[in-house]
Amino acid sequence: MSHFSFPSLLAKAMGANKGWTRQWAKPQPKSRYDVIIVGAGGHGLACAYYLAKEHGITNVAVLEKGWLGGGNTARNTTVIRSNYLYDESARLYEHALGLWEGLSREINYNLMFSQRGVLGLAHTVHDVQILKRHIHANRLNGIDSEWLTPEQAKAFCPPLNISACARYPIVGASLQRRGGVARHDGVAWGFARAASARGVHIIENCAVTAINRGAGGEVTGVETTRGTIGAQKVALSAAAGTSGLMEMAGLKIPIECFTLQALVSEPVAPVFPCVAMSNTVHAYISQSDKGELVIGAGTEQYFSYSQRGPLHSLEHTIAAVCEMFPLFTRLRMLRNWGGSVDVTPDRSPILGLTPVPGLYLNAGWGTGGFKATPGAGHLLAFTVAQNRPHTINAPFSLKRFQTGRLIDEAAAAAVAH
Amino acid sequence: MNSFRTEQGGRLCRDRPLGFTFEGRTLQGFKGDTLASALLANGVCLVGRSYKYHRPRGIMSAGSEEASALVGIDRGEGRFDTSTRATTQELFEGLKAVSQHCWPSLRFDAGALAGLGGPVMSAGFYYKTFMWPESFWERVYEPVLRKLAGLGRAPVATDPDIYSSRYAHCDVLVVGGGPAGLTAALAASEGGAKVILADEQSEIGGDLLSTPEVQIDGQPAWNWLKSTAQTLASRDNVTILTRTTAFGYYQQNFLGLVERLSDHLGAARPGSPRERLWRVRARRVVLATGSIERPLVFSGNDRPGIMLAGAAKTYLKRYGVRVGQRPVVVTAHDSAYASAFELAEAGVEVRTILDQRAHIPAHLSKRADRLGIEILAGHTIARTCGHLRVSAVYAASFDAIKGGRKISCDCVLMSGGWTPSVHLFSQSRGTLKWREDIGAYVPDVYTQNAVSAGACDGDFLLSEALNRGAEAGGLAAGATGFEPGGQNRFGVAGEFPLSAASLEESTHATAAARGKAFVDFQHDVTAGDIEQAVCEGFHSIEHVKRYTTTGMATDQGKTSNLNSLAIASEALGRGAPEVGLTTFRPPYTPTSFGVLAGHSRGKLFEVTRKSPIDSWAEENGAVFEPVGLWRRARYFPRDGEDMHRAVSRECKATRTSIGISDASTLGKIEVVGPDAAEFLNRLYTNTWTKLGVGRCRYGLMLGEDGFIHDDGVVGRLAEGRFHVTTTTGGAAGVFAKMEDYRQTEWPDLDVWLTSISEQWAVIALNGPNVRKLIAPFIEGIDLSKEAFPHMAIREGKIFGVPTRLFRVSFTGELGFEVNVPSAYGLAVWQRLMEAGAEYDIVPYGTEALHVLRAEKGYIIVGQETDGTQTPHDMGMDWAIGRKKPDFIGRRSLGRPDMLVPNRKQLVGLLTTDPAYVLEEGAQVTAENTSAVPARMIGHVTSSYWSETLQRSIALAVVEAGRKRIGGEVYIPMPGTVYPARVAEPVFYDPNGERLNV
Amino acid sequence: MLLIDCPYCRQGRPEIEFSHAGEAHMERPADPETASDAQWEAFLFHRTNPAGIHFERWYHIHGCGCYFNAVRDTVSEKFILTYKAGEPRPAVSEIEALMVEKEPE
Repeated sequence: MSHFSFPSLLAKAMGANKGWTRQWAKPQPKSRYDVIIVGAGGHGLACAYYLAKEHGITNVAVLEKGWLGGGNTARNTTVIRSNYLYDESARLYEHALGLWEGLSREINYNLMFSQRGVLGLAHTVHDVQILKRHIHANRLNGIDSEWLTPEQAKAFCPPLNISACARYPIVGASLQRRGGVARHDGVAWGFARAASARGVHIIENCAVTAINRGAGGEVTGVETTRGTIGAQKVALSAAAGTSGLMEMAGLKIPIECFTLQALVSEPVAPVFPCVAMSNTVHAYISQSDKGELVIGAGTEQYFSYSQRGPLHSLEHTIAAVCEMFPLFTRLRMLRNWGGSVDVTPDRSPILGLTPVPGLYLNAGWGTGGFKATPGAGHLLAFTVAQNRPHTINAPFSLKRFQTGRLIDEAAAAAVAH
Repeated sequence: MNSFRTEQGGRLCRDRPLGFTFEGRTLQGFKGDTLASALLANGVCLVGRSYKYHRPRGIMSAGSEEASALVGIDRGEGRFDTSTRATTQELFEGLKAVSQHCWPSLRFDAGALAGLGGPVMSAGFYYKTFMWPESFWERVYEPVLRKLAGLGRAPVATDPDIYSSRYAHCDVLVVGGGPAGLTAALAASEGGAKVILADEQSEIGGDLLSTPEVQIDGQPAWNWLKSTAQTLASRDNVTILTRTTAFGYYQQNFLGLVERLSDHLGAARPGSPRERLWRVRARRVVLATGSIERPLVFSGNDRPGIMLAGAAKTYLKRYGVRVGQRPVVVTAHDSAYASAFELAEAGVEVRTILDQRAHIPAHLSKRADRLGIEILAGHTIARTCGHLRVSAVYAASFDAIKGGRKISCDCVLMSGGWTPSVHLFSQSRGTLKWREDIGAYVPDVYTQNAVSAGACDGDFLLSEALNRGAEAGGLAAGATGFEPGGQNRFGVAGEFPLSAASLEESTHATAAARGKAFVDFQHDVTAGDIEQAVCEGFHSIEHVKRYTTTGMATDQGKTSNLNSLAIASEALGRGAPEVGLTTFRPPYTPTSFGVLAGHSRGKLFEVTRKSPIDSWAEENGAVFEPVGLWRRARYFPRDGEDMHRAVSRECKATRTSIGISDASTLGKIEVVGPDAAEFLNRLYTNTWTKLGVGRCRYGLMLGEDGFIHDDGVVGRLAEGRFHVTTTTGGAAGVFAKMEDYRQTEWPDLDVWLTSISEQWAVIALNGPNVRKLIAPFIEGIDLSKEAFPHMAIREGKIFGVPTRLFRVSFTGELGFEVNVPSAYGLAVWQRLMEAGAEYDIVPYGTEALHVLRAEKGYIIVGQETDGTQTPHDMGMDWAIGRKKPDFIGRRSLGRPDMLVPNRKQLVGLLTTDPAYVLEEGAQVTAENTSAVPARMIGHVTSSYWSETLQRSIALAVVEAGRKRIGGEVYIPMPGTVYPARVAEPVFYDPNGERLNV
Repeated sequence: MLLIDCPYCRQGRPEIEFSHAGEAHMERPADPETASDAQWEAFLFHRTNPAGIHFERWYHIHGCGCYFNAVRDTVSEKFILTYKAGEPRPAVSEIEALMVEKEPE
C-alpha cells in the first residue's frame, strides 16, 4: 500500500496520474481462513482491520455479496454523536467517537470527519424534559453535551426559525459539539485499504449461501457463490442480511427490516454549519462538504428490503425541514434514496456471541449504525478474538430479549438518529 | 438583430420582443425563447463556471439534461432560484439572470486558478491529503474546501410563493408529449379512457418541435402537431399537462408530477401557486420519455461553444438561432449530419465533419459533398483552443492523435449517439437490457403495468415512434377495458435516416485522449479520473461513480453515465453490460422543496387539534403548549404575571376554592357488550368484574412486554357499558390496541368499541367549593357524599344538558369531571365561569395540573414512565388483579430482569434547600460528589415549586428507591451538588381526607 | 404509496389509510403463564423478517377499522393477496399461482 500524502499526490500528478495502485487487493478466496466476516460494510471492514491490528489475526476474509460499502454504509446520512441516554449506550457510542477522533491519520485516509456539532431541537415541554435528561446523563458520563436557548441555537445554526409563531416553536436545544459528520464511502474504502494492507482478504461478489456446522454444532465455515470456505469463526455483520444468515444457522432473531429514506438538495454555498435533528418535527439535516443539504427522517411503517420509500413520507420529511428552516423552500431535491435498516425491539444493537459456537453477531443497528462504525468493528474484533464480549458490548447480548434487560433508547424518546 | 438570429422561422413570437438581463447586461429575445436560446441569439456563449476547476462553460444542450449552463434567476425579494438551467427557463419580460460560482466575475474568475492544480486534484484527492497536521482539517482545510463548495447559493429571504398539490386517478398516464407520447395519448383516449398526458416543456411536441421539415400523413409536422393537439384538447377525457415533469415512479403505478405554473412568468399571480404536485395513480403508464444525446469525450470538449449536435438543430429550427457561424461537427452517429445539413442550408458555413467511424453511409457523404462539407472519416478532435469560446480544434485520426490539423471555428457540434431515457422505467423497478447496436440500455422486464414507446425504448426514428406510441396507447386502453384505438399507421416523409453507432465507436477516442477530456461536465470528472479510479481498484460502477463523483451533479448523469460506463468498461476490459449501470433514483430533475412540502407549511405544517373550549382560552389570554397534535392551555397569566406566578395562583385557588380546567383532550372509548368487563379484565392490570355499576376505577394498561403503556379512569355506566378514558397522547394507540385484541385474539368476546373522544367535552372542576358550585345546576343526580362518593359516575343533566358526571380527582381535592356533548362544552364552561365568580373560580392550565397532581404523587404516563417501567416500579402493585390468570403483559412481569431488586422505583425527593427547584431530567447519584464520570442511580421526572407546601417537590425514579426512603441522595448539577431526602411520592394529604368530603 | 386491498371493504385504498401491524400468525400462547421465558421471548420478539414473501397484518385505521392479513413480497413490495383475520394462512401453491397471475402484461 502506498502512503497517501500531498507529496505523493504531487508525484502522481507529475506522472499524469498513471501511477496509482489498487487501494485494496482483489484476491481469490482461499479454502480456509481463521476468521470469516460476512458483510464488507463499514462495520465488517473495521472489524477486519482491528482483528489484524489489535489481535494479530490477519488470516481473515471479508465476504461481500455485492460491492464493498454498498449497503447502509453507502446510504446513510453520516451523523456521528455519542450523546445517548443510557450508560450502556453512552459507553458504546463514546467508544466509537473516541476512535473516530484520529482515525483519518491512523489509517492514512481522510474520512473528512468534521466535528461541527449536533443540535437536538426541543419544541415542547416534553422535549425539554427528555433532552435535559440526556444532557445531565451525558455530563455525568463524561460526554460533552450542553443546553442552548433558542437564541443560542439560532446563533449556532443561523437558518433556524425560532419564531414563537411556528407550529412547533423551538424552545431550546441540546448540543454535542464533538458530534458531526464524516464521508461515508471513504470510511468503507479507508478501512478496506488499511485491512488489505495488513493481509486481510476482501472478497466482493461473494454471497454466503449456507453456514456449515460440525458434529458438535460448531461453525466450520460457509458455503458461498464462490465455493466452500472454511473457518472456525464466522462473524456476521450484514445488517439487512442478518435474518437470512441467522436462519441458515437455524436461529430466529428479534430483528425486523424497514426502509429508511434520505435525500440531498442541489449543492449550495455553505449555509448550514452543523447537524440539526428534531424528534418532534421529525427530520434531521446537515450540509456536506460538497454543499448538498443532507436530509433524513424516520423509517417507513412496513417491513421492506426494497431500498426505496414512498413519496408521502418524503413529502412530510421535507415539510418538516421547511418548518424548521423556511428559507429552504426554493431549494431543490436532487436525489432521494432508501436503505434497509435492521431494527431490534429496543432499538439497540446486538453485538456478541450467539448460541452457535464460533458464530458471532453484529446487527440491529437500525438507523444509527454509521456513527458506531469504528467502535462496532473494534468490539466485534475483540469479541471474535477473545471469544467473549468486551465489557462495553456485554450488555448488548442476544440474551437480553429473554431476561427483559432491554436498553431502550427509543422508549426514552431519544432522537432517533 | 445580429447574425445569430435567423430572419424567420422557429416557434417564436417575433412580434413579442422581451427584454432581459444577464450579468447586468440588457439583452433582448422573443416570446418563445428559453434563456439559453436568447443568450445564444445574442452571441453570448459563456454562461457559467464548472464546479472543481472553475472552467468557463457555455450551453451544451437544449433541454433538462443541461449540466453546464446553470444560472441564478432573481425574481425579486425572496424569489431567488439558484442553479436554474438556462435551457429550460422560459424567457419573460424583465428576467434577471446572474452567473454563479465565480468571483469576481464570470469572465475573470479567480477560482480558475484551481485549474492550474488540476492534476493534483485528481479523482478522490481529498481522501489522500489534508490530514496533516491533525487540527488543520477542521480549522483550515475543511473551511477552505467548503468555501469552494456549492454551485449556487441558498435563499436569504422568505419565499413568498405558495405551492399546491392534488391527487389524480387515470386509466392511462402518458409521460412525454413527443411523437410517441402524442400518438399514445390519441390512441389511449379514443375509446374514452381517462388519459393524462404530461410533458416537461412549455408545449407538447417533443422532438417534432425541432423537425418542422418532415411530413406526417402528408402534412407538415407542425400542422400535424397542431391538429393533434387540438384533437386531444377537444376530448373531455384527456388532461394535458405542460411544464410538468414526472419526477418519480413509485409502487403500484403511483407517480409524482410537478407542474410549474409561474416560473415562465415574472411571478405567480397573487394567491396562485408557483408549482403544483400531482400524485397520480394510473392503471397503465405509457413511458414516452425520449432520449438524450451523448457528448463525445475528447480533450477540451468543455469549452463554451461546444454543444450537442441535436441541440444546435433545436436552436435553429425551434428557436431561430444559429449557434455559430463556423461550426465543426464531430460525431459517431448519423444524426449529427442532420444538424450539419440543416445549418448549412440555413446559411451557416459548415466546413468539416469529423466522423469517428471509419465507414460513412454513402447518402451522407453525397449530401455533404453537395453542400461543400468535407468529411474526415476515422477522425476525432485531438484538442481544442479558445479561452472563453472555442476558437479552433485539432482534427486527427486515431493513430496520429497527438498531431492533427488545426481547424478554426466558433462552435463545435458533437454527437456520440443517443441514450434512451429509462430513468422512470428503472425507478419502476423494471430491468434493463443492453443493446449493442445503439450502445445503450433499453427496458427489458416490466414489474409494473407500464410500457415504453419511442426513443426511450430504443426506437429513434420518428416513424417508429409514432407507430409504437399508437400501439402502446391502444394496448393501454384495451387493458383498462376501453376500446383500443391506434389501429392506423402513420406515414412519415422527409425523415432523416439513421444507422446506429455503438458505444465503443463513440468513445474509443478516450483511450488516446490527453489532458482534460470531460465526462461529467459539471463535476469536472475527466476520462483520466475514471481510468484512475479503475486503476485504484474501484471496479464496481457504483464505486467509480462515488470515487470520481461522476453522475452526481445536478443533472444526475443524464449526459455522462453512458460515457463513464464506456470508459470504465474499457479500463476494466469488460463489456459494458457486465459492468452495469448505477441505480436511477428520483427525482428525474431537481424538484423544489416547496412543492414537496405543499400546503404543509407554517401553521398548516400539521393540523392543530383544538378542544371545544379552546376559543375561550384564547380569548382569555391562555399561553398554549403543543401536546401531540393538540394545543392545550398551559397557564392563564393575569396582569403581566410570569408562568411561575400564574401557576402558583392557579394552584392556590384550586386548593382553597375552585379551579376549572379543560380536560377535553383526554381519550375516551366506550366499551359495550355482555363481555365488556371480561374484555377489560384482559386488557388492564386491574379487575373489572367486581366494579359496581356507577363506580369508577383507575386502570393501568401494559404492553405485552410488561411495561406501562397507558392509564386512565374507567367508569361503569351499566352492567355491559364502560366509559374508558386514556391519556391525551395515547388515545389512538389504546383504541388500536383494543381493536387488535378484540378482533384477532379474542373474537369470541361479545364486545364493541367506539371512540368517543370527540363526542364529549370534559370540564374538570376541583376544589373544596365545587359541590356547592354545581349543585344548583345539576338535575337527576344526588351529589351528596353518601350517594355519590369519590370514584363514582352518574348520568344526569347540568344546565339542562346531558352529562356523564365523574366524581374523580387528579388534584387531590374534591373533584368532578363534567362530560357534556362537545357542542355544549363551551356554553357549559361559560356558565360555570359565571356561576363560579362567587367562589373566585380560577381557570388553570396543564402546568398547574401537573403541580397539583405531583403534590399527590399521581404519575403521568410518559413523564414518570418512559416505556421501561413496570407497575411495581411505580409502586402500583395495588392496581394489579393478582387473581386474574392473564392480562396483557402479565407474563413479562415474571421475566428475570423484572424481578431484580435494584430496578428504578418511583419516590419523592425533597431538596435540603426548600427553595431550590430541581431541574426535570437531572440525574441522581448515591454519592455526594461532583466527580465525572459518576454512577447515576436515577433521574428527576417531575419537579415543581409547590405553592401549597411552600417548598419545592420532585418525583424521581431511583434504583431500589423505596428502600432509600428517609435517606439522602444527590443531584449533581454543573458547579453544585444538591442533596435531597428521599420521601414517599405523596407530599400532600397522604390519607386522601380532602377527597372524601 | 402502496395500494392495499382491504378484504372487508373489498377495494384498493391508499397506504395512508392503513397502519402496519407486524407479522401475521404470531400465536399468543393460550396460557402465557405456562410458557417458558424462551417461548415467551419468541412470541414477543422473534420474527421471520424474510426478504421475500411475508405474512403480515394491516389495520384499516382510517377506513373500516378492521385488522386483516396480507401476503406481500418485502423486496418488490407487491401485495399478493389479502385475507380476513382468523382465516388460515394461504398455501404456498396458492401464493405462487397468484404471483404468476399478477405479473404485468
